[in-house]
Amino acid sequence: MNQSLLSDLAEALSSGQVRCVDLTNTLSPDFPVMVLPPELGQCAPFRMETVSRYDENGPAWYWNNISLNEHTGTHFDAPAHWVTGKDLPSNTVDAISAQEFMAPAAVIDISTEAATDHNFVVTREFLENWERDNGTVPPRHWIALRTDWHKRVGTPEYLNLKEDGAHSPGPDAGAVEFMVHERDCVGLAVETVGTDAGQAIHFNPPLPAHSILHGNGRFGLQCLTNLDKLPTFGAIIVACPLKIEGGSGSPLRVIAMIQGEAT
Amino acid sequence: MTDSLTPPRRKDPLKMTRAGHVPPTLRSRAAKAMAVRAGQGRFVLQACDSCAAAVYPPRDRCPTCWGPLSWRDQPQGAEIEAETMIRTTTDLFFRKHLPWRIGAARLDAGPMAIVHLHGDVRQGDRVCMELKLDRGGNPALFAMPEVETPNMQDDPQLRVFTADPKYRRILVTDGRGPVGQAVAQALIKAGAQTVFLGNADPLMRFPGQEQVAALEDAELVPLNLTDTRSTRELATQLGGRVDIVVNTVGLTRVGGVVFGGKLTDLQAGFDTEVTGLMRLAQAFGPAMSGRSDDGVNAASAIVDVTSVYGLTGKAGFAGAAASAAARLSLIAGLRGEMQRSGIRVMSVLTGPVDDDRHQHVPPPKTPPVQIAKAVVEALIKGQETTCAGDMAKDVMDRWQSDPLLAIREENQ
Repeated sequence: MNQSLLSDLAEALSSGQVRCVDLTNTLSPDFPVMVLPPELGQCAPFRMETVSRYDENGPAWYWNNISLNEHTGTHFDAPAHWVTGKDLPSNTVDAISAQEFMAPAAVIDISTEAATDHNFVVTREFLENWERDNGTVPPRHWIALRTDWHKRVGTPEYLNLKEDGAHSPGPDAGAVEFMVHERDCVGLAVETVGTDAGQAIHFNPPLPAHSILHGNGRFGLQCLTNLDKLPTFGAIIVACPLKIEGGSGSPLRVIAMIQGEAT
Repeated sequence: MTDSLTPPRRKDPLKMTRAGHVPPTLRSRAAKAMAVRAGQGRFVLQACDSCAAAVYPPRDRCPTCWGPLSWRDQPQGAEIEAETMIRTTTDLFFRKHLPWRIGAARLDAGPMAIVHLHGDVRQGDRVCMELKLDRGGNPALFAMPEVETPNMQDDPQLRVFTADPKYRRILVTDGRGPVGQAVAQALIKAGAQTVFLGNADPLMRFPGQEQVAALEDAELVPLNLTDTRSTRELATQLGGRVDIVVNTVGLTRVGGVVFGGKLTDLQAGFDTEVTGLMRLAQAFGPAMSGRSDDGVNAASAIVDVTSVYGLTGKAGFAGAAASAAARLSLIAGLRGEMQRSGIRVMSVLTGPVDDDRHQHVPPPKTPPVQIAKAVVEALIKGQETTCAGDMAKDVMDRWQSDPLLAIREENQ
């Protein structure tokens, strides 16, 4: 192993040549979670109960009990999250190799399209055109869809749940097949509450991002923020889910390392 | 004729709030047994099993023949034979509310009793006796006019024995559901000054939202009882000016213990209904306790609307019944704690609510308007336990007469 590589990284981090961008939304009781029909099992929101705060329950210390779903807040989807990935090896968060938790990212900016069309669908054709303008996505990259959806957090327009379902952008099956089989992506990283489009239950096949990504051992990152601060190529995403035994996913702190300027 | 209650003026910030004293709690088992029945809105006296004489005040044996005594519902009629005005007392509560009228009433049931008098009642009048609970949870006889008089409910002595919603500011915890919405409308109709309606998810639309927004004296406020921070934050905003809290939050889960029951549903139900009730009480209880004798809109009651199957369990709704049972247990504890400061704690018990969660349950069911009516009735009467509708009454009657049999009936 080339020790100087890590020394160089350490120095770059110290000098600001490499900067870390926080891609994580704050976990709070108000952060919205995926909403399913009432008769189905529901995703638990984040909750926090104080155990002690320099008081009679602990005079010198402050700590909280927290509770949440594996898919609450900024979170990681493991292949086992979806039925298509249920029989894959190493398909839960505790079994995934740590090597997978750091990978470069290609950031595809669809914020303009998403602003005018909440149901904007990323197709294979769109991706091919994007690559013509921006370059081919190399293998083993996170493909990050920048939608600027994170700017809607705290408003009803984040989940954008209407009487006919949620409305938010996402890929169709052709695009996901392209990302997985022709670009060998690590996974799909999005700002919306799910990797699939809001209306993807009505796609054919339904929910293609979950189905195809996880069926092929790829990951999902959801509820990200600050994708607008990343370059199209060159960022490295660090996304380490909690090591939950048999976990289908995990809330996590996601950061991206990007090129900065030395101070 | 009683003067119509005038809307309370805003509080003078230089005036110290009157402390909410309560009379000492009666210690005898017989007095407590009378209080239990008073809390159900019944008019009871003891009657001797041997000589059939009705007895008052409560005793352990018949004063005439030493026979055993049983509680019996009694005719409510009486005649006021004497009246007087108390102008001085050492009692910490009443000395702030003097003069106070009492009288001697010859009860149709037999005994003579010292009773509190409604302002429209005079010596020689025929009256309708009611068995009330005082601020300390003790039973008290109150003489009401035999025929309704104008503004009868506004009588200042009567209001001490009730939690009448008129001119009070009321928090209804679940404004997103049909029960909370019906309760809010009924409270406004009953004269509430303002109804604050909790909204557990302000970013998410809900059925009835437009109707709630159109209610003139209602205001949606963020409140999620599963979230301690949300509950406390609302208490910091409203704690000092909420006079009544009505908890209508419910999370009905269909399913048994082994078959059809989901652990996540059970957990969510307990967190919403049981821990949620505790959060609510801890957030609002202290501030309410400090204002229980604060004039026309003194803090007066916490009402919890829950399933009557908390008494018995219920086949097909095991989790929901279990959390209702836990709520009833918490309410019993809360009642004891809040009694020390003069805040009434009440339960309104419902049968299966006529809502989406009970769509597979055949009628009869309990419509939200019936629950709303029971909440208002409980407050106006100052009643601890009120059954909303016939389904709840039926279960309660069977449970009271034979608890183990009622449990068996509801779970087979």
